[in-house]
Amino acid sequence: MTPLLALHGVSKRFGAVQALSGVDFDVRAGEVVGLVGDNGAGKSTLVKVMSGIYLADQGEYRFDGSARHVRGPQDATALGVATVYQDLALCDNLDVVANLFIGHEELSGGPARALRSLDEASMEKQAAELLKTLTVRLPSVRQEVGLLSGGQRQSVAIARSLIGEAKVVLLDEPTAALGVAQTAQVLALIKRLREQGLGVVVISHNLADVFEVVDRIFVLRLGRKAGVYEVGDTSREEIVSAITGAEFGQGENGRERER
Amino acid sequence: MSTAAAAPEPDTRTADAEREPAREGRFAVLQRVAQGELGSLRVLIGLILIWAIFTIANDRFLTATNLVNLSLQIAATGMISIGVVLVLLLGEIDLSVGIVSGLCAAIMAVLVEQHGWAAVPGIAAGVVAGAAIGLFQGSIVTRFGIPSFVVTLAGLIGWQGALLLVLGETGTVNITNPAIVDLAGTFYSGATAWIIAAVVVAAFALSSLDARRRRLRAGLVAATPPVVAVRVAAVALVSFGVVAVLDQDRGLPLALVILIAFVVVFDYVVRRTRFGRHVLAVGGNAEAARRAGIRVNRVRITVFVLASSLAACGGILFASRLLAVNQSSGGSDLLLLAIAGPVIAGTSLFGGRGTVWSALLGGLVIGSISNGMDLLALPSSTKYMVTGGVLLAAVVVDAAARQRRQRAGRV
Repeated sequence: MTPLLALHGVSKRFGAVQALSGVDFDVRAGEVVGLVGDNGAGKSTLVKVMSGIYLADQGEYRFDGSARHVRGPQDATALGVATVYQDLALCDNLDVVANLFIGHEELSGGPARALRSLDEASMEKQAAELLKTLTVRLPSVRQEVGLLSGGQRQSVAIARSLIGEAKVVLLDEPTAALGVAQTAQVLALIKRLREQGLGVVVISHNLADVFEVVDRIFVLRLGRKAGVYEVGDTSREEIVSAITGAEFGQGENGRERER
Repeated sequence: MSTAAAAPEPDTRTADAEREPAREGRFAVLQRVAQGELGSLRVLIGLILIWAIFTIANDRFLTATNLVNLSLQIAATGMISIGVVLVLLLGEIDLSVGIVSGLCAAIMAVLVEQHGWAAVPGIAAGVVAGAAIGLFQGSIVTRFGIPSFVVTLAGLIGWQGALLLVLGETGTVNITNPAIVDLAGTFYSGATAWIIAAVVVAAFALSSLDARRRRLRAGLVAATPPVVAVRVAAVALVSFGVVAVLDQDRGLPLALVILIAFVVVFDYVVRRTRFGRHVLAVGGNAEAARRAGIRVNRVRITVFVLASSLAACGGILFASRLLAVNQSSGGSDLLLLAIAGPVIAGTSLFGGRGTVWSALLGGLVIGSISNGMDLLALPSSTKYMVTGGVLLAAVVVDAAARQRRQRAGRV
């Protein structure tokens, strides 16, 4: 099965810091990949390459089997790669429907189109349907987003990425700063994204969450791929040692000193 | 596994869907009032209180003659306030609107009275000058990332100089052009006024029914017929009530009709169009708006252009009422009253929250206080201090609401 999104030999350097060197990464449709690593391992850089914010110095960006030139976030969005940032990027003063359609507002047809009138009814209907498919529970789709709980806000942010026909969703620390119940809510939502046939990439520090929801774990260490593990065939200890490099030989330590 | 997990969930969802709207319905209003929302309700209560106090203090306050005066007094300031609302929604401020209103009125007056232009091109020239000023200031704000506070403060001083330059040596231009004088000097009484009110009510009823029809067609919950009827009745009560009162004196002033028309149009723009939604989004979270593909700087510049253009319209109404433009036009406390009005009526200084109607409601509050104190022949010292106190109180309520929201949002 061809991966939906694949990176081959991606390198990225910021001045003296080699953030990524020769990383291969891929995510398939209907699969959740966990991206883990210590602070500074290059997780954020890798995600920003995928979302088009950073251009890789070297390497290939393949989407749906063919090489693509991604020159900016718009290109990635156009391919169907949606990113949910840790800060969620929601407008607290607007309601759920407005937030879901922000930047993609629909206009009424017919005579009302001349007045550039928003098609609130259609947007509200689609929003309600989308939230229903994702089993996201909200007091009302007309609720101001600022009044929602952290888990609900995260759910709205994730749901928004699906309005634009996304095929791959990148989630940056979706469960950080959430309580137990809200974390469960968001993890359930991630599982439903998988059921919808989306490719999902989850960056997380929380291995418990990672083991609960992902299919494969991709470990980054010092800007290199330290290993890819099927969740069924690995243990938390193995992942931790891959993250920290405890089992790695002299070569790894040598590189560490260079940095 | 996935089917097993998915199957029981729709049940819990429907159970919640039945429970939660009720919970929301019971507490929503209380909660929103406590959080400083529903600003228009709060300000209506305030307005009734102010009117009661001044009526007790002076029985001439609530007479038709005085209410016609009041509506003429608030028309120009209210017009400027509409632009201020747009800028505030964006989370910016425009300190130049007062003086820009004077400058644009002066440009119009000089062209019409000294260069023999007709009224319509003269007015258009004034408004275009306002638009150009907004384009200039908005471009500086967005291009160099300077706070709008500073750019428009420079404008406040600079355009004052331009006003003196335009007015020339005499320093004052009298307005005699009948078309311009008629802007503030026309009153509709009798049948005409009633027809205007009837048209307003009919338009509101039709748009309410249309909105209801759309929602029902989309399979959504819509306002029930009694609710629609109550809303239409309320609008009818206010419209016909205003006409009935004003008709006892000179009638419905054209200036008030113009102001309300502008409020309705810009309220529609803010709440119902894509541009308005983008203004609110930028005011709420500019970074989020940018990431969503909204051209944030274009929205900002457009709003500054609108604000200055509306200031020009307000200045022209002012000139029409005073029959002159002079060196103090657009100066004094006009700027502060134009900003204070919307803020008193619930438009946030922090961006993203507020309505265009707050321009009219806030204008009424400030205008009533000022008009009532004039009737009581209070000295300027008292007037300034009272107005300042009301503004401070409104800003404190706004800031306190914001603090509560922030605290609630972090839970």
